[in-house]
Amino acid sequence: MEKTLDTKYTYTEKKDTRSGFGDGLLEAGRRNENVVALCADLIGSLKMGPFIKEFPDRFFQVGIAEANMMGIASGLTIGGKIPFTGTFANFSTGRVYDQIRQSIAYSEKNVKICASHAGLTLGEDGATHQILEDVGMMKMLPNMTVINPCDYNQTKAATIAIAEHEGPVYLRFGRPSWPIFTPADQNFEIGKAWKMIEGTDVTIFATGHLVWEAVVAEAMLREEGISVEVINIHTIKPLDTEAILESVAKTGCCVSAEEHQYNGGLGDSIAQTLARNNPAPMEFVGVDDSFGESGTPTELLEKYGLNAENIVKAVKKVMERK
Amino acid sequence: SNGHISPVWYSVLARSGYFDTEELKTFRKINSRLQGHPAVEEHLPGIRVASGSLGQGLSVAIGAATAKKLNNDPSLVYVLMGDGEQQEGQIWEAAMYAPNRKLNNIIASIDVNRQQIDGPTEQIMDLGSLIDKWEAFGWQVITTKNGNDIEEVITQLNAAKDLLENGRPVLNLLHTEMGYGVDFMTATHKWHGVAPNDEQLENALGQLPVTLGDY
Repeated sequence: MEKTLDTKYTYTEKKDTRSGFGDGLLEAGRRNENVVALCADLIGSLKMGPFIKEFPDRFFQVGIAEANMMGIASGLTIGGKIPFTGTFANFSTGRVYDQIRQSIAYSEKNVKICASHAGLTLGEDGATHQILEDVGMMKMLPNMTVINPCDYNQTKAATIAIAEHEGPVYLRFGRPSWPIFTPADQNFEIGKAWKMIEGTDVTIFATGHLVWEAVVAEAMLREEGISVEVINIHTIKPLDTEAILESVAKTGCCVSAEEHQYNGGLGDSIAQTLARNNPAPMEFVGVDDSFGESGTPTELLEKYGLNAENIVKAVKKVMERK
Repeated sequence: SNGHISPVWYSVLARSGYFDTEELKTFRKINSRLQGHPAVEEHLPGIRVASGSLGQGLSVAIGAATAKKLNNDPSLVYVLMGDGEQQEGQIWEAAMYAPNRKLNNIIASIDVNRQQIDGPTEQIMDLGSLIDKWEAFGWQVITTKNGNDIEEVITQLNAAKDLLENGRPVLNLLHTEMGYGVDFMTATHKWHGVAPNDEQLENALGQLPVTLGDY
Protein backbone atom coordinates (compact mmCIF):
# COMPACT_ATOMS: atom_id res chain seq x y z
CA MET A 1 0.00 0.00 0.00
CA GLU A 2 1.15 3.55 -0.73
CA LYS A 3 2.22 5.65 2.25
CA THR A 4 -0.13 8.14 3.84
CA LEU A 5 -0.45 11.74 2.76
CA ASP A 6 1.67 14.49 4.30
CA THR A 7 -1.15 16.58 5.76
CA LYS A 8 1.20 19.41 6.73
CA TYR A 9 2.22 20.01 3.13
CA THR A 10 0.26 22.51 1.04
CA TYR A 11 -0.60 21.17 -2.36
CA THR A 12 -0.63 24.07 -4.78
CA GLU A 13 0.08 22.50 -8.15
CA LYS A 14 -2.97 21.83 -10.30
CA LYS A 15 -3.63 19.97 -13.54
CA ASP A 16 -6.58 18.27 -15.20
CA THR A 17 -6.94 14.51 -14.81
CA ARG A 18 -7.54 14.16 -18.56
CA SER A 19 -3.97 15.30 -19.11
CA GLY A 20 -2.94 12.48 -16.81
CA PHE A 21 -4.74 10.16 -19.21
CA GLY A 22 -3.08 11.70 -22.27
CA ASP A 23 0.40 11.46 -20.76
CA GLY A 24 -0.28 7.96 -19.42
CA LEU A 25 -1.47 6.83 -22.84
CA LEU A 26 1.77 8.02 -24.43
CA GLU A 27 3.81 6.14 -21.83
CA ALA A 28 1.67 2.98 -22.21
CA GLY A 29 2.20 3.24 -25.97
CA ARG A 30 5.95 3.45 -25.52
CA ARG A 31 5.99 0.41 -23.27
CA ASN A 32 3.83 -1.82 -25.46
CA GLU A 33 3.53 -1.61 -29.25
CA ASN A 34 0.14 -3.33 -29.11
CA VAL A 35 -1.40 -0.31 -27.42
CA VAL A 36 -3.59 1.51 -29.97
CA ALA A 37 -6.01 4.40 -29.54
CA LEU A 38 -9.33 5.48 -31.03
CA CYS A 39 -11.16 8.76 -30.70
CA ALA A 40 -14.59 10.06 -31.75
CA ASP A 41 -13.71 13.63 -32.73
CA LEU A 42 -12.42 14.76 -29.31
CA ILE A 43 -8.64 14.50 -29.61
CA GLY A 44 -8.00 17.83 -27.90
CA SER A 45 -10.48 17.26 -25.10
CA LEU A 46 -8.99 13.86 -24.32
CA LYS A 47 -5.37 15.13 -24.60
CA MET A 48 -4.51 12.37 -27.07
CA GLY A 49 -2.25 14.60 -29.16
CA PRO A 50 1.11 13.38 -27.81
CA PHE A 51 0.21 9.72 -28.50
CA ILE A 52 -1.00 10.54 -32.03
CA LYS A 53 2.15 12.52 -32.80
CA GLU A 54 4.45 9.70 -31.73
CA PHE A 55 2.33 6.78 -33.00
CA PRO A 56 0.26 8.05 -35.95
CA ASP A 57 -0.19 4.54 -37.36
CA ARG A 58 -1.60 3.27 -34.09
CA PHE A 59 -4.30 5.91 -33.83
CA PHE A 60 -7.76 5.71 -35.42
CA GLN A 61 -10.04 8.72 -35.81
CA VAL A 62 -13.57 7.33 -36.12
CA GLY A 63 -15.49 10.58 -36.37
CA ILE A 64 -18.67 11.19 -34.41
CA ALA A 65 -19.66 7.55 -34.32
CA GLU A 66 -19.20 6.14 -30.83
CA ALA A 67 -21.07 2.88 -31.42
CA ASN A 68 -18.76 2.09 -34.34
CA MET A 69 -15.75 3.01 -32.19
CA MET A 70 -16.69 0.46 -29.52
CA GLY A 71 -17.17 -2.23 -32.16
CA ILE A 72 -13.85 -1.47 -33.85
CA ALA A 73 -12.11 -1.57 -30.47
CA SER A 74 -13.62 -4.99 -29.83
CA GLY A 75 -12.40 -6.23 -33.21
CA LEU A 76 -8.89 -4.86 -32.72
CA THR A 77 -8.44 -7.14 -29.69
CA ILE A 78 -8.95 -10.16 -31.94
CA GLY A 79 -5.63 -9.25 -33.55
CA GLY A 80 -3.91 -8.89 -30.17
CA LYS A 81 -4.19 -5.11 -29.90
CA ILE A 82 -4.94 -3.23 -26.66
CA PRO A 83 -7.34 -0.49 -27.77
CA PHE A 84 -7.99 2.65 -25.71
CA THR A 85 -11.18 4.46 -26.74
CA GLY A 86 -11.48 8.15 -26.00
CA THR A 87 -14.58 10.30 -25.77
CA PHE A 88 -16.68 12.04 -23.11
CA ALA A 89 -17.98 9.83 -20.29
CA ASN A 90 -21.54 10.40 -21.47
CA PHE A 91 -20.79 9.04 -24.94
CA SER A 92 -18.52 6.32 -23.53
CA THR A 93 -21.31 4.68 -21.57
CA GLY A 94 -24.99 5.53 -21.94
CA ARG A 95 -24.82 6.13 -25.66
CA VAL A 96 -23.06 2.83 -26.35
CA TYR A 97 -24.21 0.60 -23.51
CA ASP A 98 -25.37 -2.29 -25.66
CA GLN A 99 -22.21 -2.18 -27.78
CA ILE A 100 -20.10 -2.41 -24.63
CA ARG A 101 -22.33 -5.07 -23.13
CA GLN A 102 -22.37 -7.43 -26.12
CA SER A 103 -19.19 -6.76 -28.08
CA ILE A 104 -16.84 -5.96 -25.17
CA ALA A 105 -17.95 -7.15 -21.71
CA TYR A 106 -19.83 -10.34 -22.64
CA SER A 107 -17.29 -11.01 -25.39
CA GLU A 108 -14.42 -10.69 -22.86
CA LYS A 109 -12.53 -8.17 -24.98
CA ASN A 110 -9.44 -6.38 -23.71
CA VAL A 111 -10.75 -2.86 -24.41
CA LYS A 112 -9.94 0.19 -22.26
CA ILE A 113 -12.89 2.60 -22.30
CA CYS A 114 -11.40 5.95 -21.34
CA ALA A 115 -13.95 8.57 -20.41
CA SER A 116 -13.30 12.24 -19.84
CA HIS A 117 -15.54 15.09 -18.67
CA ALA A 118 -17.33 12.85 -16.18
CA GLY A 119 -19.61 14.34 -13.56
CA LEU A 120 -20.62 17.90 -12.72
CA THR A 121 -17.12 19.38 -12.93
CA LEU A 122 -17.11 19.55 -16.71
CA GLY A 123 -18.98 22.74 -15.86
CA GLU A 124 -20.51 25.15 -18.33
CA ASP A 125 -21.54 22.61 -21.00
CA GLY A 126 -24.39 21.63 -18.72
CA ALA A 127 -26.44 18.56 -17.90
CA THR A 128 -26.53 17.04 -21.40
CA HIS A 129 -22.86 16.23 -20.99
CA GLN A 130 -22.58 15.86 -17.20
CA ILE A 131 -23.11 12.16 -16.82
CA LEU A 132 -23.71 11.11 -13.22
CA GLU A 133 -24.88 7.55 -13.89
CA ASP A 134 -21.88 6.07 -15.69
CA VAL A 135 -20.27 4.28 -12.74
CA GLY A 136 -23.54 2.51 -12.00
CA MET A 137 -23.98 1.37 -15.58
CA MET A 138 -20.44 0.13 -15.90
CA LYS A 139 -20.11 -1.57 -12.52
CA MET A 140 -23.22 -3.63 -13.26
CA LEU A 141 -21.55 -5.24 -16.27
CA PRO A 142 -19.95 -8.61 -15.52
CA ASN A 143 -16.20 -8.72 -16.43
CA MET A 144 -15.89 -4.91 -16.25
CA THR A 145 -13.30 -3.15 -14.04
CA VAL A 146 -14.25 0.41 -13.01
CA ILE A 147 -11.58 2.97 -12.05
CA ASN A 148 -11.98 6.64 -11.06
CA PRO A 149 -8.60 8.19 -10.14
CA CYS A 150 -8.32 11.36 -8.07
CA ASP A 151 -5.68 13.61 -9.65
CA TYR A 152 -3.27 14.01 -12.57
CA ASN A 153 -0.61 11.70 -11.18
CA GLN A 154 -3.03 8.97 -10.23
CA THR A 155 -4.80 9.14 -13.60
CA LYS A 156 -1.48 8.81 -15.41
CA ALA A 157 -0.48 5.85 -13.24
CA ALA A 158 -3.89 4.23 -13.70
CA THR A 159 -3.72 4.60 -17.50
CA ILE A 160 -0.37 2.82 -17.58
CA ALA A 161 -1.63 0.13 -15.19
CA ILE A 162 -4.76 -0.73 -17.19
CA ALA A 163 -2.68 -1.35 -20.31
CA GLU A 164 -1.00 -4.18 -18.40
CA HIS A 165 -4.30 -5.54 -17.09
CA GLU A 166 -6.09 -8.20 -19.17
CA GLY A 167 -9.81 -7.49 -19.55
CA PRO A 168 -12.25 -4.65 -20.18
CA VAL A 169 -11.79 -1.52 -18.09
CA TYR A 170 -13.79 1.68 -17.65
CA LEU A 171 -11.45 4.55 -16.72
CA ARG A 172 -13.25 7.72 -15.60
CA PHE A 173 -11.62 11.14 -15.36
CA GLY A 174 -12.49 14.80 -15.78
CA ARG A 175 -12.02 18.20 -17.27
CA PRO A 176 -11.19 20.73 -14.52
CA SER A 177 -7.78 21.75 -13.30
CA TRP A 178 -7.50 19.94 -9.97
CA PRO A 179 -4.93 19.81 -7.13
CA ILE A 180 -2.15 17.28 -7.54
CA PHE A 181 -1.66 15.58 -4.18
CA THR A 182 -0.54 12.05 -4.93
CA PRO A 183 3.06 11.21 -5.86
CA ALA A 184 4.22 10.98 -9.46
CA ASP A 185 6.01 7.71 -8.76
CA GLN A 186 3.03 5.90 -7.19
CA ASN A 187 2.50 2.22 -7.74
CA PHE A 188 -1.08 1.98 -9.01
CA GLU A 189 -2.59 -1.31 -7.96
CA ILE A 190 -5.99 -2.03 -9.54
CA GLY A 191 -8.49 -3.06 -6.86
CA LYS A 192 -6.39 -1.86 -3.94
CA ALA A 193 -7.77 0.97 -1.79
CA TRP A 194 -5.30 3.57 -0.56
CA LYS A 195 -5.46 4.78 3.02
CA MET A 196 -4.32 8.37 2.54
CA ILE A 197 -4.92 9.66 6.07
CA GLU A 198 -5.15 7.56 9.24
CA GLY A 199 -7.93 8.29 11.73
CA THR A 200 -10.08 6.68 14.40
CA ASP A 201 -13.46 8.43 14.68
CA VAL A 202 -14.90 8.12 11.18
CA THR A 203 -13.91 6.94 7.69
CA ILE A 204 -14.43 8.87 4.48
CA PHE A 205 -14.39 6.66 1.39
CA ALA A 206 -13.93 8.93 -1.60
CA THR A 207 -13.33 8.47 -5.32
CA GLY A 208 -12.28 10.73 -8.21
CA HIS A 209 -12.18 14.50 -7.72
CA LEU A 210 -13.92 14.15 -4.35
CA VAL A 211 -10.87 12.52 -2.77
CA TRP A 212 -9.39 16.03 -2.70
CA GLU A 213 -12.58 17.41 -1.10
CA ALA A 214 -12.30 14.64 1.49
CA VAL A 215 -8.69 15.64 2.23
CA VAL A 216 -9.81 19.26 2.71
CA ALA A 217 -12.70 18.12 4.91
CA GLU A 218 -10.31 16.08 7.05
CA ALA A 219 -8.21 19.19 7.75
CA MET A 220 -11.32 21.13 8.76
CA LEU A 221 -12.49 18.33 11.05
CA ARG A 222 -9.01 17.89 12.57
CA GLU A 223 -9.23 21.52 13.71
CA GLU A 224 -12.31 20.49 15.67
CA GLY A 225 -10.56 17.50 17.21
CA ILE A 226 -12.22 14.84 15.05
CA SER A 227 -9.91 12.07 13.86
CA VAL A 228 -10.83 11.19 10.27
CA GLU A 229 -9.55 8.32 8.15
CA VAL A 230 -9.53 9.11 4.42
CA ILE A 231 -9.47 6.18 2.02
CA ASN A 232 -9.06 6.68 -1.71
CA ILE A 233 -11.21 4.14 -3.54
CA HIS A 234 -9.80 4.60 -7.04
CA THR A 235 -11.09 1.18 -8.09
CA ILE A 236 -14.84 0.96 -7.62
CA LYS A 237 -14.94 -2.52 -9.12
CA PRO A 238 -13.49 -4.85 -7.98
CA LEU A 239 -14.04 -3.16 -4.63
CA ASP A 240 -11.41 -3.55 -1.90
CA THR A 241 -13.93 -4.86 0.63
CA GLU A 242 -11.18 -5.95 3.00
CA ALA A 243 -9.87 -2.38 3.37
CA ILE A 244 -13.41 -1.04 3.82
CA LEU A 245 -14.38 -3.54 6.50
CA GLU A 246 -11.08 -3.14 8.34
CA SER A 247 -11.44 0.64 8.50
CA VAL A 248 -15.10 0.65 9.56
CA ALA A 249 -14.38 -1.99 12.20
CA LYS A 250 -12.02 0.58 13.71
CA THR A 251 -13.97 3.84 13.23
CA GLY A 252 -17.52 2.48 13.53
CA CYS A 253 -19.07 4.75 10.88
CA CYS A 254 -18.39 6.13 7.43
CA VAL A 255 -19.22 8.60 4.68
CA SER A 256 -18.94 7.94 0.94
CA ALA A 257 -18.09 10.83 -1.40
CA GLU A 258 -18.37 10.75 -5.17
CA GLU A 259 -19.22 12.90 -8.17
CA HIS A 260 -22.09 10.61 -9.17
CA GLN A 261 -25.70 9.80 -8.34
CA TYR A 262 -26.29 8.11 -4.98
CA ASN A 263 -28.01 5.44 -7.01
CA GLY A 264 -25.51 3.03 -8.48
CA GLY A 265 -22.35 4.73 -7.29
CA LEU A 266 -19.49 3.91 -4.95
CA GLY A 267 -21.69 4.52 -1.90
CA ASP A 268 -24.07 1.78 -3.04
CA SER A 269 -21.23 -0.70 -3.30
CA ILE A 270 -19.87 0.19 0.15
CA ALA A 271 -23.33 0.02 1.75
CA GLN A 272 -23.82 -3.44 0.27
CA THR A 273 -20.46 -4.54 1.65
CA LEU A 274 -21.32 -3.24 5.13
CA ALA A 275 -24.86 -4.65 5.08
CA ARG A 276 -23.52 -8.08 4.27
CA ASN A 277 -20.66 -8.10 6.75
CA ASN A 278 -20.77 -5.43 9.42
CA PRO A 279 -23.69 -2.98 9.32
CA ALA A 280 -22.61 0.49 10.49
CA PRO A 281 -24.00 4.03 10.26
CA MET A 282 -23.23 5.51 6.85
CA GLU A 283 -23.92 8.81 5.08
CA PHE A 284 -23.65 9.51 1.36
CA VAL A 285 -22.20 12.55 -0.40
CA GLY A 286 -23.33 12.45 -4.01
CA VAL A 287 -26.00 13.78 -6.34
CA ASP A 288 -29.54 13.22 -5.11
CA ASP A 289 -31.43 11.87 -8.11
CA SER A 290 -31.16 14.96 -10.29
CA PHE A 291 -29.47 16.16 -13.46
CA GLY A 292 -26.80 18.88 -13.32
CA GLU A 293 -26.69 22.30 -15.00
CA SER A 294 -24.27 24.92 -16.34
CA GLY A 295 -21.88 26.64 -13.93
CA THR A 296 -18.30 26.59 -12.75
CA PRO A 297 -17.06 23.36 -11.15
CA THR A 298 -16.81 25.08 -7.75
CA GLU A 299 -20.32 26.47 -7.98
CA LEU A 300 -21.75 23.14 -9.06
CA LEU A 301 -20.01 21.13 -6.34
CA GLU A 302 -21.41 23.57 -3.78
CA LYS A 303 -24.95 23.69 -5.18
CA TYR A 304 -25.25 19.91 -5.53
CA GLY A 305 -23.76 19.21 -2.11
CA LEU A 306 -20.46 17.65 -3.13
CA ASN A 307 -17.78 19.92 -1.65
CA ALA A 308 -15.67 19.66 1.52
CA GLU A 309 -18.23 21.57 3.60
CA ASN A 310 -20.88 19.01 2.70
CA ILE A 311 -18.53 16.16 3.57
CA VAL A 312 -17.95 17.81 6.97
CA LYS A 313 -21.72 17.98 7.54
CA ALA A 314 -22.13 14.32 6.57
CA VAL A 315 -19.32 13.31 8.94
CA LYS A 316 -20.93 15.11 11.86
CA LYS A 317 -24.30 13.56 11.05
CA VAL A 318 -22.96 10.04 10.84
CA MET A 319 -20.97 10.39 14.06
CA GLU A 320 -24.16 11.31 15.91
CA ARG A 321 -25.64 8.02 14.73
CA LYS A 322 -22.82 5.91 16.18
CA SER B 1 -23.51 -10.10 -37.43
CA ASN B 2 -26.90 -11.80 -37.72
CA GLY B 3 -26.29 -14.08 -34.75
CA HIS B 4 -29.80 -15.46 -34.88
CA ILE B 5 -28.67 -17.78 -37.68
CA SER B 6 -26.73 -19.67 -35.01
CA PRO B 7 -28.20 -23.12 -35.90
CA VAL B 8 -26.65 -23.08 -39.36
CA TRP B 9 -23.46 -21.43 -38.17
CA TYR B 10 -22.91 -24.02 -35.43
CA SER B 11 -23.62 -26.73 -37.96
CA VAL B 12 -21.00 -25.34 -40.35
CA LEU B 13 -18.44 -24.93 -37.56
CA ALA B 14 -18.95 -28.49 -36.35
CA ARG B 15 -18.65 -29.89 -39.86
CA SER B 16 -15.52 -27.81 -40.41
CA GLY B 17 -13.93 -29.52 -37.41
CA TYR B 18 -14.16 -26.81 -34.75
CA PHE B 19 -16.00 -29.18 -32.40
CA ASP B 20 -17.73 -32.54 -32.48
CA THR B 21 -21.05 -32.69 -34.33
CA GLU B 22 -22.46 -34.58 -31.31
CA GLU B 23 -22.36 -31.30 -29.41
CA LEU B 24 -24.95 -29.82 -31.80
CA LYS B 25 -27.57 -31.69 -29.76
CA THR B 26 -26.95 -29.37 -26.80
CA PHE B 27 -28.04 -26.27 -28.78
CA ARG B 28 -30.06 -23.84 -26.63
CA LYS B 29 -30.00 -26.23 -23.67
CA ILE B 30 -28.69 -25.36 -20.21
CA ASN B 31 -24.93 -25.69 -19.59
CA SER B 32 -24.29 -25.75 -23.36
CA ARG B 33 -21.52 -23.97 -25.26
CA LEU B 34 -24.06 -23.54 -28.08
CA GLN B 35 -25.99 -20.57 -26.73
CA GLY B 36 -29.16 -19.38 -28.45
CA HIS B 37 -27.07 -16.56 -29.86
CA PRO B 38 -23.31 -17.08 -30.33
CA ALA B 39 -21.15 -16.16 -27.33
CA VAL B 40 -17.52 -16.43 -26.35
CA GLU B 41 -18.00 -16.91 -22.62
CA GLU B 42 -18.47 -20.66 -23.03
CA HIS B 43 -15.34 -20.78 -25.21
CA LEU B 44 -16.86 -22.56 -28.17
CA PRO B 45 -14.09 -22.81 -30.80
CA GLY B 46 -14.69 -20.60 -33.83
CA ILE B 47 -16.66 -17.89 -32.03
CA ARG B 48 -14.69 -14.67 -31.53
CA VAL B 49 -17.39 -12.22 -30.50
CA ALA B 50 -20.95 -12.38 -29.22
CA SER B 51 -23.59 -11.51 -31.79
CA GLY B 52 -27.34 -11.26 -31.91
CA SER B 53 -27.88 -7.68 -30.85
CA LEU B 54 -27.94 -6.47 -34.45
CA GLY B 55 -25.80 -3.88 -36.17
CA GLN B 56 -22.51 -4.46 -34.36
CA GLY B 57 -20.73 -7.08 -36.45
CA LEU B 58 -19.45 -4.87 -39.25
CA SER B 59 -17.77 -2.56 -36.72
CA VAL B 60 -16.09 -5.52 -35.02
CA ALA B 61 -14.99 -6.79 -38.44
CA ILE B 62 -13.43 -3.40 -39.19
CA GLY B 63 -11.46 -3.68 -35.95
CA ALA B 64 -10.29 -7.18 -36.84
CA ALA B 65 -9.38 -6.04 -40.37
CA THR B 66 -7.46 -3.05 -39.01
CA ALA B 67 -5.50 -5.32 -36.66
CA LYS B 68 -4.62 -7.53 -39.64
CA LYS B 69 -3.22 -4.50 -41.45
CA LEU B 70 -1.16 -3.54 -38.39
CA ASN B 71 0.11 -7.11 -38.07
CA ASN B 72 0.87 -7.46 -41.82
CA ASP B 73 -1.53 -10.39 -41.91
CA PRO B 74 -2.81 -10.78 -45.51
CA SER B 75 -5.87 -12.84 -44.62
CA LEU B 76 -9.38 -11.43 -45.15
CA VAL B 77 -12.35 -10.72 -42.91
CA TYR B 78 -15.76 -11.95 -44.03
CA VAL B 79 -18.97 -10.50 -42.62
CA LEU B 80 -22.52 -11.74 -42.94
CA MET B 81 -25.35 -9.34 -42.16
CA GLY B 82 -29.10 -9.57 -42.38
CA ASP B 83 -31.13 -7.30 -44.62
CA GLY B 84 -33.44 -6.27 -41.78
CA GLU B 85 -30.24 -5.45 -39.88
CA GLN B 86 -29.61 -2.64 -42.37
CA GLN B 87 -32.19 -0.67 -40.39
CA GLU B 88 -29.69 -0.31 -37.51
CA GLY B 89 -27.86 3.04 -37.44
CA GLN B 90 -24.50 1.55 -36.45
CA ILE B 91 -24.33 -0.28 -39.79
CA TRP B 92 -24.03 3.07 -41.53
CA GLU B 93 -21.40 4.38 -39.12
CA ALA B 94 -19.33 1.33 -40.03
CA ALA B 95 -20.22 1.60 -43.73
CA MET B 96 -18.81 5.13 -43.75
CA TYR B 97 -15.61 4.15 -41.94
CA ALA B 98 -14.29 1.20 -43.97
CA PRO B 99 -13.89 2.88 -47.40
CA ASN B 100 -12.58 6.06 -45.73
CA ARG B 101 -9.75 4.00 -44.26
CA LYS B 102 -9.29 1.99 -47.48
CA LEU B 103 -9.90 -1.33 -45.73
CA ASN B 104 -9.49 -3.63 -48.71
CA ASN B 105 -9.49 -6.76 -46.59
CA ILE B 106 -13.22 -6.94 -45.83
CA ILE B 107 -15.86 -8.76 -47.85
CA ALA B 108 -19.29 -8.15 -46.35
CA SER B 109 -22.41 -9.95 -47.52
CA ILE B 110 -26.00 -9.05 -46.85
CA ASP B 111 -28.42 -11.95 -46.80
CA VAL B 112 -31.20 -10.32 -48.79
CA ASN B 113 -34.14 -12.61 -48.05
CA ARG B 114 -36.56 -9.68 -47.73
CA GLN B 115 -38.02 -10.99 -44.47
CA GLN B 116 -37.78 -9.84 -40.89
CA ILE B 117 -39.61 -10.92 -37.74
CA ASP B 118 -42.67 -8.71 -38.17
CA GLY B 119 -43.03 -9.20 -41.92
CA PRO B 120 -41.51 -8.39 -45.32
CA THR B 121 -38.77 -5.73 -45.10
CA GLU B 122 -40.52 -3.62 -47.72
CA GLN B 123 -43.55 -3.32 -45.42
CA ILE B 124 -41.74 -2.96 -42.10
CA MET B 125 -39.11 -0.41 -43.19
CA ASP B 126 -38.34 -0.40 -46.88
CA LEU B 127 -34.58 -0.59 -47.44
CA GLY B 128 -34.70 1.20 -50.79
CA SER B 129 -31.78 0.54 -53.08
CA LEU B 130 -29.04 -1.17 -51.09
CA ILE B 131 -26.79 -0.95 -54.17
CA ASP B 132 -27.12 2.83 -54.31
CA LYS B 133 -26.70 3.22 -50.56
CA TRP B 134 -23.53 1.12 -50.25
CA GLU B 135 -21.99 2.56 -53.41
CA ALA B 136 -22.67 6.06 -52.10
CA PHE B 137 -20.75 5.13 -48.95
CA GLY B 138 -17.77 4.09 -51.10
CA TRP B 139 -18.09 0.30 -51.25
CA GLN B 140 -17.66 -1.83 -54.35
CA VAL B 141 -21.00 -3.62 -54.64
CA ILE B 142 -21.57 -6.97 -56.31
CA THR B 143 -24.72 -9.05 -56.55
CA THR B 144 -25.19 -12.77 -56.06
CA LYS B 145 -28.47 -13.37 -57.85
CA ASN B 146 -29.15 -16.82 -56.41
CA GLY B 147 -27.63 -17.09 -52.97
CA ASN B 148 -29.19 -20.52 -52.57
CA ASP B 149 -26.82 -21.81 -55.29
CA ILE B 150 -23.54 -22.49 -53.48
CA GLU B 151 -21.57 -22.58 -56.75
CA GLU B 152 -22.69 -19.04 -57.56
CA VAL B 153 -21.90 -17.91 -54.02
CA ILE B 154 -18.33 -19.21 -54.34
CA THR B 155 -17.90 -17.65 -57.77
CA GLN B 156 -19.05 -14.27 -56.51
CA LEU B 157 -16.90 -14.37 -53.37
CA ASN B 158 -13.89 -15.11 -55.58
CA ALA B 159 -14.86 -12.16 -57.77
CA ALA B 160 -15.06 -10.04 -54.62
CA LYS B 161 -11.49 -10.99 -53.71
CA ASP B 162 -10.26 -9.70 -57.08
CA LEU B 163 -12.10 -6.41 -56.54
CA LEU B 164 -10.30 -5.82 -53.24
CA GLU B 165 -7.20 -5.03 -55.27
CA ASN B 166 -8.84 -1.70 -56.12
CA GLY B 167 -8.18 -0.63 -52.55
CA ARG B 168 -11.74 -0.59 -51.23
CA PRO B 169 -13.95 -3.08 -49.35
CA VAL B 170 -16.58 -5.15 -51.14
CA LEU B 171 -20.27 -5.51 -50.35
CA ASN B 172 -22.00 -8.58 -51.72
CA LEU B 173 -25.79 -8.48 -52.03
CA LEU B 174 -26.64 -12.13 -51.51
CA HIS B 175 -30.19 -12.67 -52.70
CA THR B 176 -31.65 -15.71 -51.01
CA GLU B 177 -34.98 -17.33 -50.37
CA MET B 178 -35.75 -18.11 -46.75
CA GLY B 179 -36.87 -21.69 -46.29
CA TYR B 180 -35.52 -22.59 -49.73
CA GLY B 181 -36.49 -26.08 -50.87
CA VAL B 182 -39.38 -26.53 -48.44
CA ASP B 183 -42.70 -25.46 -49.94
CA PHE B 184 -44.48 -24.38 -46.78
CA MET B 185 -41.48 -22.39 -45.51
CA THR B 186 -40.82 -20.23 -48.56
CA ALA B 187 -42.24 -16.81 -49.40
CA THR B 188 -43.18 -16.05 -45.80
CA HIS B 189 -41.58 -14.49 -42.72
CA LYS B 190 -43.45 -16.99 -40.52
CA TRP B 191 -40.38 -19.21 -40.00
CA HIS B 192 -37.96 -16.40 -39.17
CA GLY B 193 -37.87 -17.25 -35.50
CA VAL B 194 -39.93 -20.42 -35.18
CA ALA B 195 -38.85 -24.09 -35.09
CA PRO B 196 -40.95 -26.75 -36.86
CA ASN B 197 -42.83 -29.38 -34.84
CA ASP B 198 -42.10 -33.08 -35.38
CA GLU B 199 -44.65 -33.46 -38.16
CA GLN B 200 -43.48 -30.34 -39.99
CA LEU B 201 -39.89 -31.45 -39.56
CA GLU B 202 -40.54 -34.81 -41.18
CA ASN B 203 -42.36 -33.11 -44.03
CA ALA B 204 -39.51 -30.59 -44.52
CA LEU B 205 -36.73 -33.18 -44.44
CA GLY B 206 -38.65 -35.29 -46.94
CA GLN B 207 -38.69 -32.37 -49.34
CA LEU B 208 -35.02 -31.51 -48.92
CA PRO B 209 -32.96 -34.69 -48.47
CA VAL B 210 -29.66 -32.78 -48.60
CA THR B 211 -30.27 -31.45 -45.06
CA LEU B 212 -30.58 -34.97 -43.66
CA GLY B 213 -26.83 -35.04 -43.38
CA ASP B 214 -26.97 -32.59 -40.52
CA TYR B 215 -29.85 -34.16 -38.75
